[in-house]
Formats: sequence, structure tokens, C-alpha cells
Amino acid sequence: MSARTYADFTTQATFEIKKCDVFKLDEGPATQVVLTRDEGLQYYRTMQTMRRMELKADQLYKQKIIRGFCHLYDGQEACAVGIEASINLSDHLITAYRAHGYTYTRGGTVKEIMAELTGRRGGIAKGKGGSMHMYCKHFYGGNGIVGAQGQIFETYNMAALWKLPVIFICENNRYGMGTSVERAAASTDYFKRGEFIPGLRVDGMDVLCVREATRFAADHCRSGKGPILMELQTYRYHGHSMSDPGVSYRTREEIQEVRSKSDPISMLKDRMLSNNMASVEELKEIDVEVRKEIEDAAQFATTDPEPPLEELCNHIFCDMPSLEVRGTNPWAKLKSVS
Amino acid sequence: MAASLRCFLRSGKNTVSALQRRDFHRSAPAAVQMTVRDALNQAMDEELERDERVFLLGEEVAQYDGAYKVSRGLWKKYGDKRIIDTPISEMGFTGIAVGAAMAGLRPICEFMTFNFSMQAIDQIINSAAKTYYMSAGLQSVPIVFRGPNGASAGVAAQHSQCFAAWYGHCPGLKVVSPWNSEDAKGLLKSAIRDENPVVVLENELLYGVPFEMSEEAQSKDFTIPIGKAKIERQGNSITLVAHSRYVGHCLDAAAVLAKEGIECEVINLRTIRPMDVETIETSVMKTNHLVTVEGGWPQFGIGAEICARIMEGPAFNYLDSPVTRVTGVDIPMPYAKILEDHSLPQVKDIIFSVKKTLNI
Repeated sequence: MSARTYADFTTQATFEIKKCDVFKLDEGPATQVVLTRDEGLQYYRTMQTMRRMELKADQLYKQKIIRGFCHLYDGQEACAVGIEASINLSDHLITAYRAHGYTYTRGGTVKEIMAELTGRRGGIAKGKGGSMHMYCKHFYGGNGIVGAQGQIFETYNMAALWKLPVIFICENNRYGMGTSVERAAASTDYFKRGEFIPGLRVDGMDVLCVREATRFAADHCRSGKGPILMELQTYRYHGHSMSDPGVSYRTREEIQEVRSKSDPISMLKDRMLSNNMASVEELKEIDVEVRKEIEDAAQFATTDPEPPLEELCNHIFCDMPSLEVRGTNPWAKLKSVS
Repeated sequence: MAASLRCFLRSGKNTVSALQRRDFHRSAPAAVQMTVRDALNQAMDEELERDERVFLLGEEVAQYDGAYKVSRGLWKKYGDKRIIDTPISEMGFTGIAVGAAMAGLRPICEFMTFNFSMQAIDQIINSAAKTYYMSAGLQSVPIVFRGPNGASAGVAAQHSQCFAAWYGHCPGLKVVSPWNSEDAKGLLKSAIRDENPVVVLENELLYGVPFEMSEEAQSKDFTIPIGKAKIERQGNSITLVAHSRYVGHCLDAAAVLAKEGIECEVINLRTIRPMDVETIETSVMKTNHLVTVEGGWPQFGIGAEICARIMEGPAFNYLDSPVTRVTGVDIPMPYAKILEDHSLPQVKDIIFSVKKTLNI
């Protein structure tokens, strides 16, 4: 590592961000925000790590080293990073199946995440959960569920009724699997769907917008005002999952346009460079470090052994003395420990 | 006795290749190779054409051509009114489908996998299955619920569950579980023509597998009766009963065991409810031994029901040893390949169980 003098970099700068659309709110999040150099570098590194991790997962999936379902997050990095920037690790977070990014921001390491994708014993769920079922402290997965279902409205009702401090977040990436939102929703103003719950519509490609909106939302909840809804307008570069090429229901031009005009990592990079908050070389160095971290993690994920067979029946019940589990035939008596 | 060729074609491309050799010196039946996917597609195509009340709804069934391409080409042929893309709202669209059936249409309600049917299970059981009874015969519900059931490959705990026992438990519901392409086409057509709610449990791993389709099966009026099992292989030593993918496993095991002089009779259940116990009983009264094979969990499963029914009927006195159940391991499905492989019955588990049952 060469020595650099960072004395001539700007330590912080103020940025004008897009105004959020609001629903049932007198005012919205601030539109003038301060980003420090350290924060910028941290967000850059985190988003870049997530990006490269997902691209590596794509590669491993095509090599059939990752199997089953794999829903990639690239394009949506600003959401997970922006949210985590304004909450604490002691807050609780749950998400659906596009979960790798959140597993990382909630404290999972790239190594554990990748080893879980490859189904090895070093995986964050010991290889037993897979892509959609990763957990951390205060992170409840990773679930197969989706949110167009009635349960969400039942939840809105109870959260509002009991004034629960919940931020409901919709990552609107324009498509539900292979169906565009226009074909699936009578109203695509998702931030208004809470009806009696206030809502924000946020530029989900701008990490500063997401951070500011989340700060606003968290303050709202913590001050006892009850739940709030955030719709993050974002985009996924990959298809719904690795078995969806993602180009039968949208054009390559559309994907390319988002990449060139709204990429979250590029946006942050441009901001930092044009405000003299970092140098090109510095960011390149981060890229190199990230690349190495991903390579090392992939190396681990492909060489770590699979879980041992003794693990097969463990963790059925919590806090139970060891019990016997029926195998595939009556003579196969397996053991389960909590 | 269908001979199954096992080439796993997972590309999803149409693999119908006509082997129509009408040689003069040899009269070969004009059989074709057809994948289960194409057989299901053909069944729906024919029934959509035959009866304008039939329609298909579900996620990605129309413009995407089906998440697993089972409904490929149907939207292009029949349009928006017959092939309907729904939002990802199972409870909602299942309720809509049941209502349509009550009002006189004949919906085919697709679940992307049966795991998602759990979101809608109240509509399936309480609105569909029980209504004819509750209305004392006034209101029928001619609906088909179909989709892939059971384990796939690497899709982990929430996406690998077998619902045969869950749905098989309920009076008012018919439940079928096809194995090969003829089963798939014949049972789906029967299900669509049936006046009752029918659950069709397909298998994703079988979609791309080609099987021989007899000339009879290629006809537009080919149906297989619901409630009748089929003997896929005759034998005298022991009876093996299975449904769906495990029929193939049993046939593989039977081939291996035949080399040791053990001749297995393999029964393809085809229908879970109403179950054809008689075919099983007749077979057991001949072979004196029974092994059931299923992918689902053991407790309260298909094998458990077969055991109970055998015990309650005439075949009990012909058993030389207790019935053996070969089942999935009693755990949620793990993700890691080595663990997943050990969570489901392998051919070797069937062979092992046969020998233990025969005390060999």
C-alpha cells in the first residue's frame, strides 16, 4: 500500500437529492444532505462488494457450483446500503428471497454467504438453508414469501392499529418475476397502498436518497407515530432468478439505459470524484481489494467440504434432548440434536 | 407396460420426435416419444379447444409461456380470455378461480409449485372441496388445481414439500399424481372433464423426461380414469407401490433385483384419492409382501394410509411380513447437495428395503 496524503481531499460535501413523493405526510425527508468522505468510501466499498459478490454468484451458478434458486441483487445495492446506514444493527430486519445484499449489510461475511450458496459447512446456515434462507442476529432471512399477497394488508392494519414502529419497504424493481407492475397492479403507487399508513416514494438508485428517507422513516417510528411505508424505486440487472434470462419481458435497451444513467455505484463514484472527496486511484484500490475478497471467498466456497451427514437431522427442534428421526426406511434410525 | 427411456432433457425445447416407421415387413405401433411437459401442454390444448368454458390462470402462464414452459404457445393460440396471467396473489386468484367454477366455467388453476398453494389452501379445501357436500349436491365445483409438487433440485426447505398426503386427506377432493407422459396427459384430461375439484400433482424433474406415447394416447379423446392404479411391471416376489417420480425408481430397483431372481410387481398408483386399494390388495394376495415408496414425509403419509388399508382388508392375512414404507427423511429439506441426496429415497434404499422385507 503506497502512502498517500489525504489532506487535500474534501472531508464532506453537501448534495442536493431528489425530493420524495409523500403520502399522508406534511413534510418529507431533507433534500440537502451531507456526505462525509469516510461515509462515501464505506458506501462505495459495501456496494461494490455486493455487486461483485452477486456477479461471482452468477458465474458460479453457470458453472453449476451453485444450484436451485438464486435471485441476484445487482442494481439494487443502494437500497440495502442506504437502509442500513440509517438503522442500527440492533433493529430487526426481514426480507424476501432476494436476500444476499441484506445478509451482508446485516453482518454476514462474503465468505459465509458464498459458502452457503455453494452448500458447504462454512456457510452462514451450515449449507442447510441455501440462497433464500440466510440468517444473522436481528436478520430473519431470506424467505420464499412475496408481498402482493393479502397478508401484507392484514399486517398494515395491525401495525397501524397498535402503532407498531415498523418501516414497510417495497423495493419496486418494476417487475414481479416476468410480469411488469402495470400488468399486475391496479395501482402502481405502492407507497400509497398502506391507505391509512403514511408513505414515501424514494429514488432507490441513489444511496443518499435511501439513507435520508430511512432516517426520516426511522425517526417517524421511533417517535411513536406508528408504521410508515417506503417505496424504493430500483432496478435489477439480472432476471428474476438465474433461470430467467430477464429479456423476454423487458428490452436490453432498457437494462442498458438504467446501467448507464442510474447505476448506484457509478452515481456515488461520480459525486465523490467531482467533489474531490476521493481520487480515481483510491477507488480503484478499493475495487482491487474487493475483487480479492470475493476471489478468496469464492475459493473458500468452492473448496470447503459439504456438511457432514451427521448434520442431516439436526436442528429440527430447539432445546430438546437428542431425538431419533426416521430415515428413508424403518431400519434407518437417524439422530437429531438441537 | 411402458418402457421408459431415461434421457434427462432439461432444455425445455420441444422434443417430440416422431418415430413413425411404417415398414411393410414389420408392423410397429406408431408410438412417439413425448416429454411430460409436452403431454401436459397437449392435454390442456385439446381441452381448451374442446370446451370453451375451460381456461387457465396462474402466474406467468400466458406471456411468459409458463414458468416451467408447460403452457407454452397456449396464450398465443387462445388469447387473453382463456389464458390469464395473475399477480402473485395465490389466495386471491384461487378464490377467483373457485368462484368461476361455481358459476359454470371450468378453470385450470396453476400453482407455480404446490408449495405456494399453502397460501390458498383455505380456498382449495373450504371453498372447493367441501362445497358440493355443504350444499347437498346443489353446487358443484369443476376446477383443476395443477402444478409441480415435491422436491426439485436444490430449492431447499420452503420449496420442496410434497402435498400428496395433505390433499389426499380431504374428502371432496380428488388427487392424482401422474408419473409418465401418458399418465400426465390422460389424468389431466380426466381432471379437466371431471365435475369435481381435482388436484393434479406434477413433478418438475419429470417435465423434461421423454416417454413413449402409444397411438391410443395420442388421440384427442385419450383419458385415464381417476381412481385406478396401473401395474407397470408384473412380478411374484413382492409388491412395490409408488406414485409420481418414484414409480421410475421402483422400476429401476426391480431391474436390479431381477438379476438376483427377485421379481417385483410395480404398481403406479396414479390416483392418491380415491385410492385404488383393490389393485394393491390383489397384488399383495399374490406376492405376500409389500413395500410402499414415496417422496413425502413418513408421518401420516401415503405409505401410512396404504398400511392401514391393507391391515383393514382381506390382504392382511396374506402378508408374510409387515409392510415396509420407504419415504423421505423426516426433516425439512436441506439445501446442500449431499444432504439433499440423503433426504429422499434412492434406488438403493428401495433395493435394501425389499431385501429386508423378504428377509434376504
